[in-house]
Amino acid sequence: MKKLDRKQMAARVARDIPEGAYVNLGIGLPTLVADYLPKGREIILHSENGILGVGPKPAPGAEDEDLINAGKEPVTLLTGGSYFHHADSFGMIRGRHLDFAILGAFQVSAAGDLANWHTGGADAIPAVGGAMDLAVGAKKVLVMMEHLTKSGESKIVERCSYPLTGARCVDRIYTDLAVIDVKADGLHVVDLVENLSFEELQRLTGVPLKRLATAA
Amino acid sequence: MINKFVASPEAALADVPDGATIMIHGFGNAGMPSVLIDALIAQGARELTIVNNNAGNADTGLAALIGAKRVRKILCSFPRQADSWHFERLYRAGEIELELVPQGTLAERIRAAGAGIGAFFTPTAYGTKLAEGKETRRIHDRDYVLEYPIHADYALIKADRADRWGNLTYRKSARNFGPIMAMAAKTTVAQVRETVELGELDPEHIVTPGIFVKRIVKH
Repeated sequence: MKKLDRKQMAARVARDIPEGAYVNLGIGLPTLVADYLPKGREIILHSENGILGVGPKPAPGAEDEDLINAGKEPVTLLTGGSYFHHADSFGMIRGRHLDFAILGAFQVSAAGDLANWHTGGADAIPAVGGAMDLAVGAKKVLVMMEHLTKSGESKIVERCSYPLTGARCVDRIYTDLAVIDVKADGLHVVDLVENLSFEELQRLTGVPLKRLATAA
Repeated sequence: MINKFVASPEAALADVPDGATIMIHGFGNAGMPSVLIDALIAQGARELTIVNNNAGNADTGLAALIGAKRVRKILCSFPRQADSWHFERLYRAGEIELELVPQGTLAERIRAAGAGIGAFFTPTAYGTKLAEGKETRRIHDRDYVLEYPIHADYALIKADRADRWGNLTYRKSARNFGPIMAMAAKTTVAQVRETVELGELDPEHIVTPGIFVKRIVKH
């Protein structure tokens, strides 16, 4: 078995984003997806701080402090892009206008509960940003995360032990080992990395998986 | 003749009392009215309640106001950043109160205040720690959390251009919380890059109409 690296994970997610989609990319790993969106597809990226049509990083020296993304990094605006205030921006999110939110996660439960904002540590300063709005608002919530923690525990769990960002909100999970759909009757494996058997994936994953006819 | 231009940031903020609730525009540094914040620090008002998306970065602007111990409480969505050390120090010492609000709920609570809405139900945060103790309701097939507006005594905002009636335009993603904070406060003070004659702003492009703005400082 060969785990996907972060770039390969981003490319795998990007492949599934169709022409014309409005997409919000979370901070961290999901931001990489922008670099792998297939050329020739028009896909419009949304940023919570009031941008539709986020473009690539500016050339060195061309940064504009008034044009940043939700991660507060300098960005550009595509031709045809627009600016709007925060209430409109979250109206787009909460009002189910975005086709996809792609978010990182600490854990996802078998029921599609998402934990990605807080480790629950007593000394951690809590910070939520727009995560809870994206979790309930986007038409489809896609999660990108490593399948296992550094100590080898499954991040797909029966019940999240970290505080929830949203309940039953995740539609699909992309990990470095597999692509898994969250459905009412359980977790369906859509795709596996090369040389990984369904049985091995099941052994590594904390909860029961279902095999799709199309999966290897 | 209406003239909302004020000679200096100090004059624009002279009447801020101790204990005021102040909305401060900006997402990180984009849209942050740093000249007005510096004037507020110099003015000396204490025990402030601040509404912002963040809790200040590094040592300037909102971070400096927090570092000067003028802030009793902050409402924000994302106070945890690598360079939010002034907030972190006071928070850990128990010297500043934090009300953590999901970003969309923060924006909508501000918008609701400006629009005269008494409260609203939002699906955001249902079933999470941030909805604990709050009233909820199932409407059709979804669960919602009851949220109340955030009113303010002052809003300090940064805009791009202004005329003497207080009409404003913004620049790029520095618009963020400006338009809704301008509506939600009793007294909105705008720091602007450029002042122009009445009629120079295209009425089709004015983002914040002057009715929401009381004082303008050019910087």
